Amino acid sequence: MTSEALSEIWSKGLASRSFTIGGAITLALVGVALVSLAWTPYAVTEINVPMKLRPPSAAHWLGTDQFGRDVLSMMMLGARNSIAVSLVAVGIGAGLGVPLGALAAARRGWVEEAVMRFNDFAFAFPALLSAVMITALLGPGAVNSIIAIGIFNVPVFARVTRGASLSLWQREFVLAAQVAGKGATRITLEHILPNIASVLIVQMTIQFALAILAEAGLSYLGLGTQPPNPSWGKMLNEAQTFMYLAPQLAIFPGAAIAVTVLGLNLLGDGLRDVLDPRLRRVR
Amino acid sequence: MKRHFATLSLAAGLALAAGQALAAKDSLVLGMVLEPPHLDPTAGAAAAIDEVVYANVFEGLTRIDRNGAVKPALAESWTVSDDGLTYIFKLRSGVNFHDGSAFDSADVKYSLDRATAEDSTNAQKGLFEPIAKVETPDPHTVRITLARPTGNFLFNLGWGDAVIVAPENAADNKSKPVGTGPFVFKRWVKGDRVELERNGAYWGSPAKLANATIKIIPDPAAAAAAVMAGDVDAFANFPAPETMAQFEADPRFEVVIGSTEGETILAMNNTRKPLDDIRVRRAIAHAVDRKAVIDGAMFGYGTPIGSHFAPHHPAYVDLTGRYPYDPARAKALLAEAGHGAGLKLTLKLPPPSYARRGGEIIAAQLAQVGIEAEIIPVEWAQWLEQVFRGTDYDLTIVSHTEPMDIGIYARDTYYFNYKSAAFRDVIAKLNAAVEDKARYALMADAQKTIAEDSVNVFLFQLAKHGVWDAKVEGLWENSPVQANDLTEVYWK
Repeated sequence: MTSEALSEIWSKGLASRSFTIGGAITLALVGVALVSLAWTPYAVTEINVPMKLRPPSAAHWLGTDQFGRDVLSMMMLGARNSIAVSLVAVGIGAGLGVPLGALAAARRGWVEEAVMRFNDFAFAFPALLSAVMITALLGPGAVNSIIAIGIFNVPVFARVTRGASLSLWQREFVLAAQVAGKGATRITLEHILPNIASVLIVQMTIQFALAILAEAGLSYLGLGTQPPNPSWGKMLNEAQTFMYLAPQLAIFPGAAIAVTVLGLNLLGDGLRDVLDPRLRRVR
Repeated sequence: MKRHFATLSLAAGLALAAGQALAAKDSLVLGMVLEPPHLDPTAGAAAAIDEVVYANVFEGLTRIDRNGAVKPALAESWTVSDDGLTYIFKLRSGVNFHDGSAFDSADVKYSLDRATAEDSTNAQKGLFEPIAKVETPDPHTVRITLARPTGNFLFNLGWGDAVIVAPENAADNKSKPVGTGPFVFKRWVKGDRVELERNGAYWGSPAKLANATIKIIPDPAAAAAAVMAGDVDAFANFPAPETMAQFEADPRFEVVIGSTEGETILAMNNTRKPLDDIRVRRAIAHAVDRKAVIDGAMFGYGTPIGSHFAPHHPAYVDLTGRYPYDPARAKALLAEAGHGAGLKLTLKLPPPSYARRGGEIIAAQLAQVGIEAEIIPVEWAQWLEQVFRGTDYDLTIVSHTEPMDIGIYARDTYYFNYKSAAFRDVIAKLNAAVEDKARYALMADAQKTIAEDSVNVFLFQLAKHGVWDAKVEGLWENSPVQANDLTEVYWK
């Protein structure tokens, strides 16, 4: 992409309200997660029972949980955990799904049939249900929840890639490349993928939001991140019986999940406005 | 017209509600956290089985009452020979099983022989082990001869594992229990509830409740909501101690904190390295701050213990000061044992909150002295499989809710793999002793021995968090045995 195109995208992005709001929220989240790598107000495993269930104060900005741990520190690590799990999971989904989809579009015939029927099979199970099933099989844990979320992302990317690629294969520049003697792999790499990149980026943002929700869901059910590592879903689960004593314990992680997903969805919408080639053609 | 109709139906509704309020309620919904795996108390160790059927559906020769005292049940009276070896029980007459068949001495012999048999599936075979033979001179007399004097034999016969079953139903008791108790089993909707109804032909004073439903609610938040909404009338042992304050503040409910027989321990695998080193076990004992565990996991409900013994028992010795919380001491002991650089252990935690929450706190405390305890949450089935039967663990947290169970430390194979000739000797003497004074002295020895050997970290006696509708009377405050005896429960 030329610098000219980039600056065009940038200026268009700034004009889009959902892009700026979504981007700001996402940036803030990433920022918090990065800060937590170097610093948190308290050690997240530091238990201080006499200080349990304190409301927000100067010492503990978001209060303390049932063991006297600092909620802000837990939230920061939870953000990091959510991002890490979702990033890797979407990476797995795209890493496997895009080549599969591209292969289906390039080869057609029985290869396409096989890939797409497998996709249909995977799609038949609701995403979160299959993630629960996979973690139940592999055992609970952060790594296994990444695998589970990654797996249900594969068919999404395969389908999107194939759909977007198919029409490109009929376009003149691809036909020309074929006539020039380029192989299917080369055409896919040089002509197809660059042209569907924007679609994939938008899809990744959407899947990222879904992965954050899925991670929170799995942790809530006790299948995701294990103690003593904090995660938003687990905090939400543990807060349940404290609803009357310390409602903030449920409000903070709940709000964090909602705002994060909202931010990513807005960013996805904004990116689509900015990047979508179809819209660009219309102009 | 429409309005008239509304007023009318409102009035009718009010009248109906008033009518219901006037007639004393005679059904109870009791909440429980764990669903029993089956309903035969003579074939399973799960406390949930006894908590449904003990004293309600099944009865033994003796029974344990709400204060932990031995009372006559199916045996009207008994005599013990001077040498403590022969027990003659006079059985109650006119007792029928729920299927109508008569209860007599043959049923007693069958039940006890079944429990002592080679292939017995009884979870507490040790209770029956002293029995040499069971004879039935006539239908209403049973003579039990013991191989050696057994001090608490009458108490043992009052356990849920020692209830009397009929030969013709024994095989089906797991799904369709047939006993002699004041309640008849009606049905079991798996995953949801067990329904009992009053036994009209009961030999004793009939139950005051016509119907009792035991509702299974595993999730503490759902349990709190169910009690608040009135869907459940009582929780004999509520799973979330943090909600007690909220119930206490509500005049609709009565909150009764009692004691259980549950010694909650951080169990250690005594034969596995490095826990086979007493210095490591003592270091762990010094590293754990009981008060923080009780306050953090149980919200202050629970009595600290220093050995495997219930504080309300007259023979209790307070050993909580044997290993005071002292991280520096713990570090020194670890260094002495050659683990100054740190140690990695696994900590397997079953589902109850005392284990999951207590485990998080203990893992943090162990981290302070350089022990990295990897938390592995497990379900009960996995716990029984991996920890209890397979002894594949380093550390675990569990509450031993059987009464007077210090004898488990003398067993050949038990999951903490404690093997001490000295301790076995004490227990052998205890089993042979009949007089209370001698027994209490031996019990004290037993408590001190396991504390000295730091077999496990003894944490606290589990409290019983009873929450029920303020109008419900007659539920047990304490649980001297695993039971939810509904016989005397009624609505004010």
